[in-house]
Amino acid sequence: MADKIATREAYGNAICEFGGVYKDIVVLDADLAEATKTCMFKKKYPERFFDCGIAENNMTCVAAGLATAGKIPFVSTFAMFAAGRSFEQIRNSIGYPHLNVKICATHAGISVGEDGATHQCNEDIALMRTIPGMVVINPSDAVEAKAAVEAVIKYNGPAYLRFGRLPISIINDNPDYKFEIGKAIKMADGIDVTIVANGMMVEEALIAREMLFSEGISAAVINMHTVKPIDTEMLIAEAQQTGAIVTSEEHNVIGGLGSAVAEALSEICPVPVVRHGVNDEFGKSGPAKALLEHYSLNARGICEKVKIALQLKNSR
Amino acid sequence: MSENKILELKKIATEIRLGALEAVYNAKSGHPGGALSSADILACLYFSELNVNPQNPEDVNRDRFVLSKGHSCPAYYSALALKGFFNRSELKNFRQLGTFLQGHPDMKGVKGVDMSTGSLGQGFSVACGMALAAKLDNKDYRTYALIGDGESQEGQIWEATTFAAHYHLDNLCLIVDNNGLQIDGKVKDVMNIMPYASKFKAFGWNVISIDGHDYEQILGAFDTARKTKGKPTVILATTVKGKGVSFMENQAGWHGKAPNEDQYNLAFSELTMYKNSLGGKN
Repeated sequence: MADKIATREAYGNAICEFGGVYKDIVVLDADLAEATKTCMFKKKYPERFFDCGIAENNMTCVAAGLATAGKIPFVSTFAMFAAGRSFEQIRNSIGYPHLNVKICATHAGISVGEDGATHQCNEDIALMRTIPGMVVINPSDAVEAKAAVEAVIKYNGPAYLRFGRLPISIINDNPDYKFEIGKAIKMADGIDVTIVANGMMVEEALIAREMLFSEGISAAVINMHTVKPIDTEMLIAEAQQTGAIVTSEEHNVIGGLGSAVAEALSEICPVPVVRHGVNDEFGKSGPAKALLEHYSLNARGICEKVKIALQLKNSR
Repeated sequence: MSENKILELKKIATEIRLGALEAVYNAKSGHPGGALSSADILACLYFSELNVNPQNPEDVNRDRFVLSKGHSCPAYYSALALKGFFNRSELKNFRQLGTFLQGHPDMKGVKGVDMSTGSLGQGFSVACGMALAAKLDNKDYRTYALIGDGESQEGQIWEATTFAAHYHLDNLCLIVDNNGLQIDGKVKDVMNIMPYASKFKAFGWNVISIDGHDYEQILGAFDTARKTKGKPTVILATTVKGKGVSFMENQAGWHGKAPNEDQYNLAFSELTMYKNSLGGKN
């Protein structure tokens, strides 16, 4: 397996690379360039990098203004401040006028680690996907993070991209890999249950699949990198194929991927949907890996939810 | 500055006021007070200062204007209609379902509107982004933003004030419609934000204080702003909320209330009489 890379690192590299091709790209940061990895772009294209200081609301709206003049602004800070503090700025000054701003939030989820609850944003996907017309993407590794950056450059409209701090495995380095906004990727087939995951939980879903296989359970794994627009077609096909869904995300089980999947299926093809994620609680300080273990944000946690989903399916 | 030009602008401002009141009256809702206080500034912007063309509203080289105090849009729409961006008859459809003049400006629906606004404190930051884009592209267009004095209680206003000075946005001109009133009463009683001038000076801005109903002062301030290099300019325009309609002047109660039929007729006749007193045709 290749070395682990944080998706924020891949993001920083990607905007540097694409910044050479797309001259309209400008990057804004709020005093976190070293952490969000926009510092690489800053070094390479200082004339197109603007530090906005610790003033996220102004930064978000400055990006909107730049977009009205044809720029492709990439706005970066921690997810807590991008989606949380500046929610209303994004909603009214970017979402409502449907401006071409790319909000690239790093340090999402519990895996922020030692900084603790104030900096661990488990609500960003929920907030962003309620905004009409907003594309919401949570990439599963460095390969996908780069592909997602390229895809949103080519897409004209507002997009929210979620990146993590923790280095994670590369799982998409195969020649057939193709990223398309709104098109989920089938990582593995299965007949008993389908695990729909995104972000760092996709790798855990694949590990869970192996664990379940040894118990005689066949699980399909879907990488739902785009939470909005969600790939309803893939969800219906899986619901019909396996009849049981488990969602997995490093996010509150309220409002994120699990909710989006349940909403989509309940109206078209209702099957049991069991949500795995952060159980409506705040995070805490600790090493990222210990925290993920503490909150059962791992393959073992997914396996437990799979058992519940199968019970529901078989009791119908 | 010619007397004819000022006379012409006074007539235009009166037309803007009449259109704004017609919009609010027909909608039975909206914000007449701040619309009337900003009418003279809007007349000077759209009929003297701004380089905009209704025939080419998306021209990349046009000057930009952001109505950060979006609730004053009855006057804004009225000015845009007079300028020819859309038919004046649309004003009576203000705030109605199925028409394009939304309760607060929508850039996707109205020709000539450069930014959707309404949530206070945001439009000024957007204008900073527009001005920054001009610098990046080496374009000569200028960006103007109009905020309210009550609006400047928003913390984001001061984030933008810092930003514009830091990036030396001398192609940006901020205008404060300083009418002294907000929904809950006098700005100084609700949450005092004075002194204005020394605040902006401390942030590194060029500050011009004027009477926001005096045309020579308004146009003079725009001229000075254009010639000021290295830092942004703020025009602190002291205005009268409800200006031009006797019973609306200096009344916080007219911030967000539509006149009834009698009140509308009275306001209409006052403004029409004033317009006629200016002489000339119409």
